[in-house]
Amino acid sequence: MAASSSSIDLSAALVLEPVAALDWLVILPVAWCIGIGAILMMVRHQGRLQPLIAVAALCVLVGLDSALLWHVAGEGPVTMVMGRWLPPFGIAFTVDLTGALFALVAAIVALAGAVAAITDIDASGRRYGFYPCLMLLMAGVSGAFLTGDIFNLYVWFEVLLISSFGLLVLGGERQQIDGAVKYGFLNLVATTLFLIATGYLYGIFGTLNMADIARKAPLLKETAPLVTLTALYLFAFGMKAAAFPVNFWLPASYHTPRIVVSALFAGLLTKVGVYALIRVLILLFPVERLALSPVLSVVAVLTMITGALGALAQSDTRRVLGYLVISGIGAMLAGLAVGGPDAIAGTIFYALHSMLVMTALYLAAGLAARTAGGFSLQTLGGIHHNHVLLSGVSLVLFFAVSGLPPFSGFWPKVILVKAALAGEHWWLAATVLLTGLLTLIVTGRVYLLAYWRPAGNAATDVPVALPATAFMPLLVLTALSIVIGLYPEPLLDLVRGAALTLDAPAAYLDSVFPQGGAP
Amino acid sequence: MIEALLSVLTGIFFAVAVYLLLSKFIIRMLLGVAILGNAVNLLIFTCGRIMREVPPVIGQGLDVPAGLTANPLPQALILTAIVISFSFFAFLLVLSWRAYGELKFDNTDAMRVAEPDDDTLPPLGY
Repeated sequence: MAASSSSIDLSAALVLEPVAALDWLVILPVAWCIGIGAILMMVRHQGRLQPLIAVAALCVLVGLDSALLWHVAGEGPVTMVMGRWLPPFGIAFTVDLTGALFALVAAIVALAGAVAAITDIDASGRRYGFYPCLMLLMAGVSGAFLTGDIFNLYVWFEVLLISSFGLLVLGGERQQIDGAVKYGFLNLVATTLFLIATGYLYGIFGTLNMADIARKAPLLKETAPLVTLTALYLFAFGMKAAAFPVNFWLPASYHTPRIVVSALFAGLLTKVGVYALIRVLILLFPVERLALSPVLSVVAVLTMITGALGALAQSDTRRVLGYLVISGIGAMLAGLAVGGPDAIAGTIFYALHSMLVMTALYLAAGLAARTAGGFSLQTLGGIHHNHVLLSGVSLVLFFAVSGLPPFSGFWPKVILVKAALAGEHWWLAATVLLTGLLTLIVTGRVYLLAYWRPAGNAATDVPVALPATAFMPLLVLTALSIVIGLYPEPLLDLVRGAALTLDAPAAYLDSVFPQGGAP
Repeated sequence: MIEALLSVLTGIFFAVAVYLLLSKFIIRMLLGVAILGNAVNLLIFTCGRIMREVPPVIGQGLDVPAGLTANPLPQALILTAIVISFSFFAFLLVLSWRAYGELKFDNTDAMRVAEPDDDTLPPLGY
């Protein structure tokens, strides 16, 4: 045996040197979430223990993702391969600034959701697996943000989708079943489209490693149907991200589950679609993105406008928020349509802001419903009179989502409008501004009717005490939005760095193929 | 030759799946989902190029196979896809059964519980 192993040069197929200690951070967030998810599954009958474990585990996850971000910000993109197989043969996890930023914000959102769920999810919800599903959802979301292999991305999409099913039907009310059927079928079709596109991609490139595809795409652009392939990806991820003509699953389902679940979905799921679009359109197929730019522009404009107009027509606060999620996705697509480092930085910044603020808005709507008894704008009222703090926090969030300074929504809109004007996409810039105005009208009306208006009947005019565990996550998320709005430089630097790595992916490719290796 | 035949077969699978998915009745949509999953599996199989004469075994004393061999990767991809699409099908089947039990119909046109037709517009003032 010794003789035969010495005659074969393993270094041609395997990474022989041990993985550096810090590089383990690349895989840890995913492994951690899966492990904790399994433990939570084992203790699913201990309703008191579950939130403790989950909240502690998510605190650790935030720590892990922060360390990963710090590592990536210092060292550039980091790659770790599974089973030591050299890329492109083995599955590679490659983390650049984009992935690390998304993963960190997702972990913060999940932590906020887990704390808010302590009072929102009852004992039966815990028994049916809210916390295990949450941890597996985070495994899927983190995996999607950190992987460097497109088939592996598909697998993580499925992991997060199946856990989102579990969360969506928790409670089993008629409305939920109805929403879940539409959500389930349409999202299944979307991920299947993703798989179809990946099958074709494999047929064209013979590889699934993103860095390998990125360096081979320029060589094949004359001979292979890459624009068609990119269009397929745009369709599939557009459906996941809830872009206009294929977004009807979102308003049909997002208002049906427990409010914490809605908040988590609004913060995490559509943004994974946006992230995948950024990866595919900017990193893998930048030339083809340029060809599809007119399509992207039209989709972006329609998504923004239909989202804002849809929100105007709703009288259920959760459905208003669902449409605001959609209109935000339109703004992110606008950045992708413009292209170039500035616009991509705007898209990433907008996505991170939207993750924090949309989650906080749903949590605020949940608290408003607890104090004033419902979600309907017809009956809500008197919240400002009873809960000044909740009213103030909600007002901050309404301004943030509309893009007013000095909150987090202002800066990404400034970057996007500037980039769109510089790229002579003046109508994209105009739509971003118009959507901001429409959003302000929507949120202003919600504030006037639900918060400022005196309560309709005396029965609901009695202040209801709000538990601290429900209020704290909302306060923290709002504080983050204010801090980002007042002091955006650190995040701006990170986001610009992320966009530059995506736009000129030499560092990303170097991290996967250190020796350069002929394509 | 066999690749052309398989391509046509894949196309037929997709056509049938889309036709069934466009139906109003959930039970037909479920059949469509099942066929869609198989269509994608066939697609990946065909995209990996078909060749069955040379198994992908590396001879003694060699680092890489001598000459072209069959592609072993599509099986791995398809196996993953089969497992996932089967679990989804199982979930959707149970969900649809539950929906039929709770809502008493399997017609998607009538499924307006989450989005009622008579939803009122928000008030214009107070």
